[in-house]
Amino acid sequence: MNVAPYAVAAWLLLVGIYGVVTSRHLVHLVLSLVVAQASTYVLLLAIGYRTGGRAPIFFDIPPGTPVVDPVVQALMLTDVVVEATVSAVLLALAVQAHKRFGSADPDRLGELRG
Amino acid sequence: MSPAVRRAIALAALAGLGVALLVACLGLPDFGHPRGPYATAVIPLSLDHRHVTSAVAGVTFDIRGIDTLGEELILFSAAVGATVLLRSQRAEEDARDAIERHHELAERTPAPVRGLGAALAGPLLVLGVYIVAHGQLTPGGGFQGGVVLASAFLLVYAAGHFIRLGRVKPESLVEAAEAAGAGAYVLIALGGLVFAGAAMENFLPYGTTGELLSGGTIPVLNAAVGVEVCGAIVLILSELLDQAMLRHEDA
Repeated sequence: MNVAPYAVAAWLLLVGIYGVVTSRHLVHLVLSLVVAQASTYVLLLAIGYRTGGRAPIFFDIPPGTPVVDPVVQALMLTDVVVEATVSAVLLALAVQAHKRFGSADPDRLGELRG
Repeated sequence: MSPAVRRAIALAALAGLGVALLVACLGLPDFGHPRGPYATAVIPLSLDHRHVTSAVAGVTFDIRGIDTLGEELILFSAAVGATVLLRSQRAEEDARDAIERHHELAERTPAPVRGLGAALAGPLLVLGVYIVAHGQLTPGGGFQGGVVLASAFLLVYAAGHFIRLGRVKPESLVEAAEAAGAGAYVLIALGGLVFAGAAMENFLPYGTTGELLSGGTIPVLNAAVGVEVCGAIVLILSELLDQAMLRHEDA
């Protein structure tokens, strides 16, 4: 049994979380979150992959050809959209925080609040 | 907590999580052999029932049509949220000063950059419309095409003669496009309720599978999504670019 693609997904998640925990800059924090979320793309695509399968588009291949799972691909489409929008809001918040506290270091935001 | 302590705790916790994830991976379907029964079941459903050749479009806009509606509204509210956050903090006079300085800066944008931007914008626009229009046939659709369309507009913004997407009229146009796209999707969902008895149910003729106008409501939904995604991305990125330029002026 080949678990390498799943291990890649797990690795991306771990690296992303590590980035979030040790981040010294809000933009770096948001990008680490994006890396962590990229693990879901790898996981979903790996689960739906069929050895030798074609893309699930029957425009130029006859019906009945083995294809990869279209359901997880549609789920991933949702995933990409949500990730993009969440990063946009988080980056807007980062700009706001920098303007307000004069620093983009997550550790220093708490100190400055009081 | 000092960074070193935090790092040590994080590494220990992540090591534990990593082991748990690896154990969990062993229970997943063997790579290359998907187990889900829907992987094969949705294909005849898309091809014969919805008359679309892209099974992904069939899943996104028919089987998961309601989910996609929710996703549309997430995109809409996130764009609105980011815009409100970014606008609330920029004082109007600052913005006006910055725009004047932009005009000075604009003169300094090298002519080849402007020329390349102008030359690429047209083909990108055509490509975006093509990808949106063929969403039910080939890979692509409203989400992907909308981003391509947005990049065409942003190219004009970034490389063009500072034709301001923000501030003047086009800003309200972008906002209107975003709202119209989201509204159109909701209306089509309600149209199914009115004309076919269930939300998101098809109520348009299916046409011939494989032709440009086929798949009933799916091409219309793709167009609505394309307009909304394009509006949302242009709105978010132009607001963020404005911020970048205001910052630049401050420095």
